[in-house]
Amino acid sequence: MTADRPVTGRVKARWGSSAVYQSATPSRVTWPGGELNLPPGQRALSNTAVHPDRHRRTAPEVRYRKSIPGLRVAQVPGSPMAIPATTRRIFKRGQVARQRTRPAFSGWSALALLIAFIVCLPILSVIWLAFNPQENIWPHLVDTVLASYLISTLGLMLGVSAGTLLIGISTAWLVTHYEFPGRSLFNWALLLPFAVPAYVIAYVYTDLLEYAGPVQSGLRSLFGWELASDYWFPRIRTLPGAISMMVLVLYPYVYLLARAAFLEQSASVLEAARVLGGHARSRFFRVALPMARPAIAVGLAMALMETLNDFGTVDYFAVRTLTAGLYDVWLGMNNLGGGAQIATLLLVFVSMLIALEKISRRHQHNYQPTATRFRKLTRRRLRGQSALLATAACLTPVLLGFLIPAAVLLDYAVQNFSHSWTADFRQIALNSMLLSGTAAATAVAIGILLSYSQRLRPTRLLRSSVTISSLGYAVPGAVLAIGVIIPFATFDNTLDAFMRERFGYSTGLLLSGTVFALIFAYTVRFLAVAYGSVDASMRKISPHMDDAARSLGHSSTSILTRVHLPLMKSGVLTAALVVFVDCMKELPATLVLRPFNFDTLATHVYQFASDELIAEAALGSLLIVLVGLAPVILLTSTIDRSRELKAAGITMIDQPGDTRVPDRNAP
Amino acid sequence: MNPSLSTSLALAGLALVLACPVPAIAAAEVNVYSYRQPFLTDPVFDAFTDETGIRVNTVFAKEGLIERLENEGINSPADLVLVANVGNLAAAVESGIAQQVEDEVLIRNIPESYRDPDGRWFGLTSRARLIVTSKERVTPGLVETYADLTRPELQGRVCTRSGKHPYMVELIASMIAHDGEASAQAWLDGVKKNLARKPQGNDRAQVKAIAQGECDVAVINSYYMGAMMSDPEQLPWADSVDVVFPDQQGYGTHMNISGVVLTKASPNRENAISLLEFLAGDTAQSLYAELNHEYPIKVDVKPSALVASWGDFRKDELPLNEIAKHRATASRLVDTVDYDG
Repeated sequence: MTADRPVTGRVKARWGSSAVYQSATPSRVTWPGGELNLPPGQRALSNTAVHPDRHRRTAPEVRYRKSIPGLRVAQVPGSPMAIPATTRRIFKRGQVARQRTRPAFSGWSALALLIAFIVCLPILSVIWLAFNPQENIWPHLVDTVLASYLISTLGLMLGVSAGTLLIGISTAWLVTHYEFPGRSLFNWALLLPFAVPAYVIAYVYTDLLEYAGPVQSGLRSLFGWELASDYWFPRIRTLPGAISMMVLVLYPYVYLLARAAFLEQSASVLEAARVLGGHARSRFFRVALPMARPAIAVGLAMALMETLNDFGTVDYFAVRTLTAGLYDVWLGMNNLGGGAQIATLLLVFVSMLIALEKISRRHQHNYQPTATRFRKLTRRRLRGQSALLATAACLTPVLLGFLIPAAVLLDYAVQNFSHSWTADFRQIALNSMLLSGTAAATAVAIGILLSYSQRLRPTRLLRSSVTISSLGYAVPGAVLAIGVIIPFATFDNTLDAFMRERFGYSTGLLLSGTVFALIFAYTVRFLAVAYGSVDASMRKISPHMDDAARSLGHSSTSILTRVHLPLMKSGVLTAALVVFVDCMKELPATLVLRPFNFDTLATHVYQFASDELIAEAALGSLLIVLVGLAPVILLTSTIDRSRELKAAGITMIDQPGDTRVPDRNAP
Repeated sequence: MNPSLSTSLALAGLALVLACPVPAIAAAEVNVYSYRQPFLTDPVFDAFTDETGIRVNTVFAKEGLIERLENEGINSPADLVLVANVGNLAAAVESGIAQQVEDEVLIRNIPESYRDPDGRWFGLTSRARLIVTSKERVTPGLVETYADLTRPELQGRVCTRSGKHPYMVELIASMIAHDGEASAQAWLDGVKKNLARKPQGNDRAQVKAIAQGECDVAVINSYYMGAMMSDPEQLPWADSVDVVFPDQQGYGTHMNISGVVLTKASPNRENAISLLEFLAGDTAQSLYAELNHEYPIKVDVKPSALVASWGDFRKDELPLNEIAKHRATASRLVDTVDYDG
């Protein structure tokens, strides 16, 4: 038989492709790296690894599945198996059918492209606006304030990066790997500051820490100082102040993703590191941290994009960032186009950051060792001083980011309850929850669709659309709202004009100024979050899973629902949680886009907050925090449970007789 | 996603669609895009609905509503735009969304300097840009004009909000209109040299800072004084300052306004006109005066007792179109002298 002939060479396969070989007669193929026996009628499957840099199409490493029953492979450890070109040819010509598992341009890809295009529209509108400025602002800006805008923006970004990374990673590492008093509580409590809007925490701390606040007044009466010049106290309304506020509410992004990454790291990898003599420190810095880096980068990117789009906090603290400059050019100089140019500059900023991060880990392989045995982590018990330190390290961010602001708000809310409470609060809170829930579901569904289509058939067009649409997060909300209004109103008015002309019937504004426009805006704004989290978990699923399922006759849809989604549950829930809470807090786009007489908790609070009336705004702010809390607590426990299941599930897949991935061909 | 979660989310979506407020087509109504906070406008609109039975639907935002109107075009549901400063008025007129109104009641009630000669916008309330000085630490008479804020005696003692805020920009624009750009720049530079702290907070925060001893002199809008005096917690702040109406010997105290624009698209034009007339009428004018301590624009309506207690003063009669014209230059001057830096 031809297959007995020794063969040499390398196959020119595309990255991400896979092939199923089936032989009618018993076959034996000698490989450079091993030997393969194919019983008659049995399929052998090989696929090329998905290279992180997908557009490279040079010779791939060829992998194989061990777990196909009846297929025996002996491999020389460490040597990549190359399918010799001649073998492929022989098999093709002979009795072996080669089947491309990657579907051609399918319904999935078409739908994904369409949706990716639609969610790009607001960003494209903003860029389009940038081409039509009322006048050229740059000579003036360059001559005067641009340098200080750039310096504060960079300072803010650096400060927020350092702070969120430090707090997010260290607390995530502590709660995943150590046992100390309060650990199981901190596990979810560390997420609480996430429910507090940045502008609210800014008001609260200004109130506490400014000259007349209780802290300074207390110090004055304690030490007998009289004037501001008698002592030094850090000023809260400064760049460091703004950085602190943002770090306190944004570190949960990094925490959430770092914790997820640490939890998913196989205990065996860390044990291997330990066996090889790695100290705790080097295990963390040389093994765990590099492996968690893609996830942490996603968390940091979210925190930074939120930093860039923030206007409320920087405006209140009089920190002149590019975003503050954008508002000034737009509203102060009545130059929307000029403002859009600054928004575009912000987009370039973010794109560069994301690109830098990707380049820096181009050669890093990011599969989790899903195929190997996955063991539950055992946490090391800390005692004495180190336990105390760990508790303090976790308590501090929760205290500063949640407990203190919530206590201050509660105090104000109780004092002003009688004239802050309105009967509308129930409706308003319901609006907020329904809107956020729907937007979260939509954003996550679209995130899954885009991520899965990329996996099925990565194309440059889809990749670019996804990249553009996920930049929505970096655009200040009010500008994005204008970006939403433009395509919606154009669509409505075009349809209306057409209907009037053809049928003499006016359809008016169908989409503009409706709840639909709001949900669309939320989806676009927070798609980056949903997509980032979903895609990160989808990438962790080894392509072998797809190949195995496909070789067993499953369609793309059924692979997604029966293999991927169960494995990605924690990632999907995390995405839904983050988008929900973000929508609860969303303010600027909601203000501009909402229908008549429609309030969310955030807009209700804003009418007072915009006039710096913290007492009147307290009750509403507290409600935002409370309503945001419920899903945080609920979902964190679900995520943890599903992770445990997942760990167990993956172990089971390797065991014979497991039915989690239905094997239709199995006897 | 587990089935129960997706089911509940689907239900939530459905409920949301059902919960959308569907404007009743038959009922008499008028739609307002408002740049002014609902807690200020709701009482006035409620009074209007009580009187006429016409329902007022509102959307409140601090930015972007004019852009929304512009894009919605002829199909926009909005009848009126309520604005908080001259900048918004100018933007509304420039974007071409304003409809001219010729209405006798409006012309009778609103003095000429507070409305557009072409009837594209109308002022509804006015506020004086005051100077307040610390009762304890500033000798009466030291500060009597805006120019006095640059006196060397006041070094490190002056507080204002951001120079980029519309109220500051309009004050600077009025100076440019009166005495030219160079003089306005010199003034701004002089005030910057006297600042006690980087410009921050709103006008109320400046008074609070005087009460706390951080600064001695501040520039604020008149209604903030009224608001502080009616709040027991803030009363001591207001009590710590004297009110000065600047430039009584010169051009008069700078005034800024809130106003209203009728849109070109206005689908409920008749109702909109009756709301316009109501807003310029006695009921609404005295409501504004009592609730927010703004100066009524209708001559025979009395300001609130507190505002009246400050007495009559000379107002700067500069036409608001003049101020609007110099806004962009004023905003640039703020950058040029790096006032906020």
